[in-house]
Amino acid sequence: MSAKRLSASGTVVAAKDSTPPLGDTSRRKFLRRTGALAGGALATGVSAVHAAPLAISESSQAFGKPIAADDYGMPSKYEAHVRRRRSDVLKNRQNFSDWSMTPLQHQHGIVTPNGLFFERHHNGTPDIDPAKHKLVIHGMVKQPLEFTMDALTRYPSVSKFYFLECSGNGLTDWLKAASTTVQQTHGLLSCAQWTGVPLSWLLDEAGLAPGAKWIAFEGADGSGHTRSLPLKKALDDCLIVYAQNGENLRAEQGYPVRLLVPGWEGNISVKWLRRIKVGDAPWHFRSETARYTDPMPEGKWRQFSFEMECKSVVTHPSGGMSIQPGMHEIEGFAWSGNGKIRAVDVTLDGGATWREARLEEPVLDKCLTRFRLPWNWAGGPATIASRAVDSTGYVQPTVQELAKVRAITGFVQHHNGVFPWSVSAIGEVKNAIA
Amino acid sequence: MRSLSLAVTLSAAIIAGGCAMQQVAETAPAPHPGVKFGKPITNADIAPWDIDIRATDGKGLPAGRGTVAEGKTVYDAKCVACHGADAKGGSVYGTMVGGIGSFTTNARVLTPGSMYPYAPILFDYIRRSMPMDRPQTLTANEVYAVSAYILNLNGIIPAGAVMDQTTLAQVQMPNRNGFIIDDRPDAKAVRCMTNCR
Repeated sequence: MSAKRLSASGTVVAAKDSTPPLGDTSRRKFLRRTGALAGGALATGVSAVHAAPLAISESSQAFGKPIAADDYGMPSKYEAHVRRRRSDVLKNRQNFSDWSMTPLQHQHGIVTPNGLFFERHHNGTPDIDPAKHKLVIHGMVKQPLEFTMDALTRYPSVSKFYFLECSGNGLTDWLKAASTTVQQTHGLLSCAQWTGVPLSWLLDEAGLAPGAKWIAFEGADGSGHTRSLPLKKALDDCLIVYAQNGENLRAEQGYPVRLLVPGWEGNISVKWLRRIKVGDAPWHFRSETARYTDPMPEGKWRQFSFEMECKSVVTHPSGGMSIQPGMHEIEGFAWSGNGKIRAVDVTLDGGATWREARLEEPVLDKCLTRFRLPWNWAGGPATIASRAVDSTGYVQPTVQELAKVRAITGFVQHHNGVFPWSVSAIGEVKNAIA
Repeated sequence: MRSLSLAVTLSAAIIAGGCAMQQVAETAPAPHPGVKFGKPITNADIAPWDIDIRATDGKGLPAGRGTVAEGKTVYDAKCVACHGADAKGGSVYGTMVGGIGSFTTNARVLTPGSMYPYAPILFDYIRRSMPMDRPQTLTANEVYAVSAYILNLNGIIPAGAVMDQTTLAQVQMPNRNGFIIDDRPDAKAVRCMTNCR
C-alpha cells in the first residue's frame, strides 16, 4: 500500500519516494480530497475520469470484531505508520537522554493524541507508583507541605488547552535542509487539554515568605531534572497537572504529576514532579546554563529565554509528500507562547507575495491554531510557507532575520523562523529552508 | 417547528453564555477553592531530597572534601565507560575537556570548563544525575573529588587542589560573564503582503 500512489487520473503508479508514512499520507490526503479534485480538474480544463463500478466489500458481509470484556482501544492496524519517531538526522549513541517527535503531518484538528505526544527525557521514563509518590513544597515558605496524589486530586480541578514545544524544535534545520518531513523539522511540538490544580493554590497554602522571587522544580526521574522559574509566572497560569486529554498522564509525560508552564519552553514543565523549592534568586542549574541557552554574537549565551515565540508551519503539503495538480487545501499550525494567534499569511512564491489564510476556531491563548487556505495547483514549481502574527503584534521572522541578531552555530534553540517547502514541477515536496 | 425554534433559542443562549464565561476566564485566574489538603512536613524530613545547590554562591553544598587524585580514581571506576579516558570523550559522550576560548569561533566546544559560569554546578549535576545508570548514589566526597578532577583537566584548578563546600564555590570559571538575560523579542519582522523581495 505504501509503495504505490494514485495518479491524478486514478491509476496506480509506483511511488518515487518509498518512505512508507509519506506515501500513505499523500494517498490518504488524495482520497480525502477526491471530490475537490474533480471540481478542480474541471475548472482547470483537465478531463475528469469516471469512477470504477463498486463491489460489495468484505466488511459488509461478515461479523465484525466483538466487543472485548475490557479493553484499551488502539488505532486501526492500517494506521501503523503513524508513530512517534526519534531523530533521523542526529545519531544519538544512547536512548535515555533522547527525544521522539510527533507526526504532525498526520494530526487532525489541534489536539495531539496521547500516544503521539512528543517526548523529551534526560534519563528515560521512570516507573512511579502513584500511591507512593509525594510532592513537597519547601524553602522560603511559612509551612513546608507534602502532597500525595490523593490530596492533589481532591482539589477542584482546572482543564486548559495549551501547546508544548521543546526549545530545540527545528535545531537541525537552520541553515541547511537536513530533515525530510515536518515530523522531523517541527515534531517536538504537541498540544493537549491538561487537567490539574493551579500552582498558585498550593503556594498560597504553604504561604510565601517575604523576599520569595524564584522557584526550583525537580523531577523524580534518574536525571533529577531541575529548572528555576520566576515567581511571577508561577502565580500567573502554571498548573500542577495529573491528566492529559481526558486520562491520567502517560508515564512518558510525567505520570503521576508534572508541572505545566503555558507557552514556555517544554523542559521547564518538569515531569515526574517531586519537589518545589521557593527561593529568592535563580539556581543556575546545568539545565539553564550549559544547556537550554542560546548562542549569541561575540561568544555570548542568552539565558532564561523561556517564551516560545510566535511560529507556524505548513503541514500539508509538507516534506516527503508527492502531490497532484488540482485543488489542495494548504493547512498547518500556528502558535505563540505570548498569546493568541491573530493572523496567518501563506506564500506560494517563496515570500514575494502573501495572502491571509483562514483561522479555524477555537483560537486559544498559547494553543495550537489551525489555518487553512484553498490552493488550485496548476503544476508549476512553487515554494510554500506560512507566517504567523500573534496578539502582541509580533510577526514570525525568517531565519535570515533571526541570523542578524543571533549566532546560528551548533545546537541552536528557539528556531521560530518561517519554514518553506518547495514543490517541484512534478509535485515532489521538499524541505527548502536553505 | 416549535421544537426547532426552541432548539435555535437554546443554542443562541448557550453561545451567548459561552462567550460571557470565556471573557471571565480570560480576565480572572481560577478562584482559590479555600480548601487545604497539604500535610505539614519538617525540613528535617525533607532533607534526603533537599539536594539542590545554588550555583552562584554554593548555598546547599554539603560537608565533605575530595582531591584531584581521588577524583581520577572515582572517574576511572564509574565514569570512563561513557565519557572516555581523561574525560576526552568516549563511547557515548563527547569531550568534557577544553573549548575555553572557542565561543568566539564558529565551532563552539561546550564542556564544563568552557561553559559553566559557576563551579558548584558540577557538584549539583554530578550528584543528581551521574552516573547515569546509578544516579544519586555517589558520596559527597566522591562528588567533590570528581568535580576537582574535571576542573583540573580543564586547567582551572591545580593538581594539588582540594574541593569542599568553601573552595568549590570560590573557583572562578572562565565563562562567568558569558551570559545575557533574555532580551527578546529581538527580530524585527514586518508583515509585508506584496512585492516583498
